[in-house]
Amino acid sequence: MNEQIKPVAIPGEIIKTGKEYLPGEWTMRIGDNIIATKYGIIDESGKFLRVIPVSGIYTPRRSDLIVGRITDITFNGWVVDVDAPYSAFLPLAEYPKFISSEELAEYLDIGDLILCQVNKNKRKGVDLTIKGRGLGKLDDGMIIKINPNKVPRVIGKEGSMVSLIKNYTNCEITVGQNGIIWIKGKELKDELSTKKAIEFVVEKSSVNGLTEIMKEYLENGGKK
Amino acid sequence: MEISNLTKNRIKEYLNKGTRFDGRELTEFRDISIETGISNKAEGSARVKIGKTEVLAGVKMSISEPYADGPEDGTMMVTVELLPLSSPNYELGPPKFKAIELGRITDRGIRHSGFIDFKKLCIEEGKKVWTIFIDIYSINDNGNLVDASAIAAVAALRDAKIPVINEETGRVKFGEWTEERLPLVMEKNPINITFSKIGNSIIIDPISEEEDSAESRVSIGLITYDKKVMISSIQNGEPTEFGIDELGKIFDKAEEMYLKLGKDVNNKIEEAIKRNNKK
Amino acid sequence: MADNIYTKRLDGRKMDELRKMSAEVGVIPNADGSATFSFGSTVAIAAVYGPKPLHPQHLQNPKKGIIRCNYDLLSFSVTERKRPGPSRRSQEISRIIEWALEPVLGLDEFPGTVIDVHLMIIQADASTRCAAINAAAIALAHAGVPMKDLVSSVSIGKLDKQLVVDVSKEEEDYHEGEGATDIAMTFMSNSDKVLALQLDGKITPEGLKEAVKLGRKATKEVHNLQVKVLKEYLEKTGGGD
Repeated sequence: MNEQIKPVAIPGEIIKTGKEYLPGEWTMRIGDNIIATKYGIIDESGKFLRVIPVSGIYTPRRSDLIVGRITDITFNGWVVDVDAPYSAFLPLAEYPKFISSEELAEYLDIGDLILCQVNKNKRKGVDLTIKGRGLGKLDDGMIIKINPNKVPRVIGKEGSMVSLIKNYTNCEITVGQNGIIWIKGKELKDELSTKKAIEFVVEKSSVNGLTEIMKEYLENGGKK
Repeated sequence: MEISNLTKNRIKEYLNKGTRFDGRELTEFRDISIETGISNKAEGSARVKIGKTEVLAGVKMSISEPYADGPEDGTMMVTVELLPLSSPNYELGPPKFKAIELGRITDRGIRHSGFIDFKKLCIEEGKKVWTIFIDIYSINDNGNLVDASAIAAVAALRDAKIPVINEETGRVKFGEWTEERLPLVMEKNPINITFSKIGNSIIIDPISEEEDSAESRVSIGLITYDKKVMISSIQNGEPTEFGIDELGKIFDKAEEMYLKLGKDVNNKIEEAIKRNNKK
Repeated sequence: MADNIYTKRLDGRKMDELRKMSAEVGVIPNADGSATFSFGSTVAIAAVYGPKPLHPQHLQNPKKGIIRCNYDLLSFSVTERKRPGPSRRSQEISRIIEWALEPVLGLDEFPGTVIDVHLMIIQADASTRCAAINAAAIALAHAGVPMKDLVSSVSIGKLDKQLVVDVSKEEEDYHEGEGATDIAMTFMSNSDKVLALQLDGKITPEGLKEAVKLGRKATKEVHNLQVKVLKEYLEKTGGGD
């Protein structure tokens, strides 16, 4: 197995010293030093230094596709838990059809899951929308939660990893940027295989050549 | 994130087909691991893991007056603390009902099982007896704290050594122990098995999502008495609905599981104590 | 003035020698970050949850997120059973740990939220709050909380006239000569900034200055271990999950 050890950043640690370096995400400059401000992997692009976090709560960005759970209903919308530092809000106006304030619970009730998109950043939290293809209430299937920092790995370059898994397990898979992944298969056992495959990717996320390893894993019927 | 309606439905569908999210059988326990001697300040202590669920239990003893209705009986108090560090669902504050219920179920499983020979904990009849405190703490809650607590309590009791008494003052010399263990009746081997009902399926050892989906549950304390398996305590929880036949099947299953589980737990406790003695 | 009588440590360590330390990352799967830290047989466990919304609203800081610590001892972590439930001592230590950790956290991006840090002592053999702070720092990093530095803590003692590093339980109870003075100190790991200082006993101002220097040196060893376990954890698991 090709295991490459990438340099680890610890908060407070000096990554590089020199005025020519530029402090990127999760770093800061103190005098001549560039210091890490988060636990993660150091990434160097020329003189540009940043830390790629491996942990930490999901922070919503505009246009992120995420999965949320309805936790409350107000007169003009739904309060949604998206596993972020703040609750999100889905305004009535962002529902794809016209409904009145009395009907809110009939369409989306507390405990329901929705696939939605981050529409607007507010000071504390975000507004969501479910106007868009494929967005809306998740009626069937199951969800699993992974570390949101691993989402890019699970999706893969241009969706290559998630497509690989989809092909082998015959399941619909939607990966929310907040680490909540929706899976729907024709057979329940396919859903379980998909769940295991995704958990395997997360486990091996720091390894090089993961695509090959996954191909082998899936061909062996999901045995490690 | 709290459990969603979707997940609850899916769990039921899986169970109807005889599977669970983690691939287990309906009446299969997760891996159990047991360590003893967790704190060198305790009379006895243990760490029990069932899958990712983890609890710590400790035994502390002191000398006190016996109760009026048991002048020659030692006394016991079991407390369970649901620590905020073990789950986002637990907040700081006075014990919630769940913690109180867990404490009482664990207490019931030991108190009347005959596992502890309370008469042998008498120091001076009517005046001085040993009090056993069993304190159990959740460290990670991934479901089934109740059965984990019961195992941890027994392991900590078996690990325990009786403290030294100061001859002059008649009080406990804190931090000093005799080589004498507690008067336990090993053959009793008390074990707790909790059955949860989700939809039409009955499962054992639920993970958190299954616990959150359960509509009814019943905790059964079992012992060995006179070489026979007996049920010594029962506690049901949630608004419960079990059919009479269903319950009958549960009792039978409990007996079957007790034989397997009892042996597994017993061996692991013995191994844990052996490992500890070598240290 | 009488000569110093504490010339040999009760457990045979050198005067500036720490007890064997150990630490582990990711011990509580449910937590966003978690760790244990030990000084000899003193064992502390830490769990971090957050940032998450803080309720009720009047406790929120509208400018930035806040940290909330709760520190306590397991009933059987000490020789005389400690009744479950917070004591005044544990409440005081909880606040002190909050004050020690707050300066390194970057919570401007999270107004109105809270980061809960839960700390428990599993086995108490002196320097419990120091072990707890060290575990908390590792757990906060593991949780991906923005931090400009870690924090490292150690106890410095004065037994009669002798300064020692990492006070043990027996040393805490030492009564000869000037008795035992226990000083718990916490530093920002990569700088000389003192974040917390607590003293019990008696020491001259000169002696205290010496003690702080000694503490600074000792916390570098603590910090090395904190960094080591965090690096190894990431190399082994690919990260905080």
